[in-house]
Amino acid sequence: MFLGAFTWTEFAQQLAAGIREGAIYAGLALAIVIIYRSTRVINFAQGEMATFTTFIAWSLMNHGLSFWTAFPIVLAIAFAGGVAIERVVIRPVENAPVLTIVIITLGLALLLNGLMSVIWGGANRQFNGPFSTRTIDVGSVPISVQDIGIVAVSVGLVVLLGLFFRFTKLGLALRAAAVNPESSRLVGIRVGWMLALGWGIAAVLGAVAGMMIAPVVFLDPNMMQTILLYAFAAAVLGGLDSPIGAVVGGILLGVTITLLGRYVGFIGSTLKLPAALLLILVLLLVRPGGLFGRVAVRRV
Amino acid sequence: MSLLELHNVEARYGPVKALHGVSLEVGDGELVAVLGANGAGKTTTLRAISGTVRSSGDVVFAGKKLSRRPETTARGGIAHVPEGRGTFSELSVWENLRLGAYARRANVKEEARRVYKFFPRLEGRHDQQAGTLSGGEQQMLALGRAMMARPKLLLLDEPSLGLAPIVVIQIFEALARMKRDDGMSVLVVEQNANLALEYAARAYLLEVGNVVVEGTSDELRANESVRKSYLGY
Repeated sequence: MFLGAFTWTEFAQQLAAGIREGAIYAGLALAIVIIYRSTRVINFAQGEMATFTTFIAWSLMNHGLSFWTAFPIVLAIAFAGGVAIERVVIRPVENAPVLTIVIITLGLALLLNGLMSVIWGGANRQFNGPFSTRTIDVGSVPISVQDIGIVAVSVGLVVLLGLFFRFTKLGLALRAAAVNPESSRLVGIRVGWMLALGWGIAAVLGAVAGMMIAPVVFLDPNMMQTILLYAFAAAVLGGLDSPIGAVVGGILLGVTITLLGRYVGFIGSTLKLPAALLLILVLLLVRPGGLFGRVAVRRV
Repeated sequence: MSLLELHNVEARYGPVKALHGVSLEVGDGELVAVLGANGAGKTTTLRAISGTVRSSGDVVFAGKKLSRRPETTARGGIAHVPEGRGTFSELSVWENLRLGAYARRANVKEEARRVYKFFPRLEGRHDQQAGTLSGGEQQMLALGRAMMARPKLLLLDEPSLGLAPIVVIQIFEALARMKRDDGMSVLVVEQNANLALEYAARAYLLEVGNVVVEGTSDELRANESVRKSYLGY
């Protein structure tokens, strides 16, 4: 059952909107995967960290900075903040059971959420993004400049990170520390610092996602909560172990739920999340490790 | 003065004491073997040196007390090829070699060429995931990775484990050449006592966490109890 008449132009626009949603999920999902790979911990504070840094951007812009001046400053603050959180909050419980650390990240989320309310208040705020919302014609399909900009920045960051991990010595050390900390120490890698660096990178990814999505929604302390759920779903879909999976999973999820919400009548906008989760449940029954993940086989 | 000296080193895993005061030394450019049965503390001795197990007593390397944190010992010129070889199975052969030189400034490509000269079989596997290599190739990769660090001292844990006899010979021949070319010292743990004594200048025999016999390889071969229990003739 279609709502209204089907046109290819509208389909293309929905697709573009889906990719834009997906690009945000992809960034956040990648942040989750980077931390998960190195510590086996799901960081529930990822959303709040992102919103917090977006508020910092908002404050800077309120003091007269342009978006693109504030952008690198916020990324630097996010990176330092991520590293600091790992050193101060996570490091002392490094050897605790995973569940303990997960609960700590939950507590961190609550703490950051409360802090944001105290500093910036709980009201919705308008966040002026760098891209205009007018449309330009791509082929013969009008697509908003904002959507294109969001996708370009998010995907650009992911590609840059990919190159960094693949081709630099530090990137290699980060990967090595994630897959085999014991051997990494034996070649002289300071594994503890690599974990902190991972948190810093994850925080930067979150900050970019936050600053990109804030102009589309409104900025408030809970801005990222639903988005984070989708990002978790995207990460699981792609395979929690796989950075590429996170990105593919994010885009796939964004497109799927946008199209489902538009074209499958009874789903609409209210049932998008359950529909997405149901899809993932089905996929995981077939491929327990996600699209790109590997299933750890344990011999008993 | 010796390159490496252990004085009365003790180590434990939880309540179980694995080393009861081990003392040994390795001279400059010397290949020394540590022999013993399963559970005698051979592996733990190496781990105490590199700092992958906590221990007490003094470990002196090049005249300085070691801090005994693995990343610091690695940076100080000690390469440890641990039990199970410690290669990064998810990464490629080339990435493994690059990581070997992580702690120093080096022309990585140049150094890798040197490794490939020692182990030509690795060169054809440049981009292959380390986990997909055969056991012998993985041991070669582990040695190659250690070579990349140009260590002053190589700690080598059971290089012959699980390998075909002919591959074992290749590994030990390469080891002897590496030692000669680089002038590095080697402390090798080995269950195959015959083999180890053939290549080592001196050896220590461990039993339940104590050094029970020490001496040159010839002295150990001549020792009645060593012969009966470990050499099998």
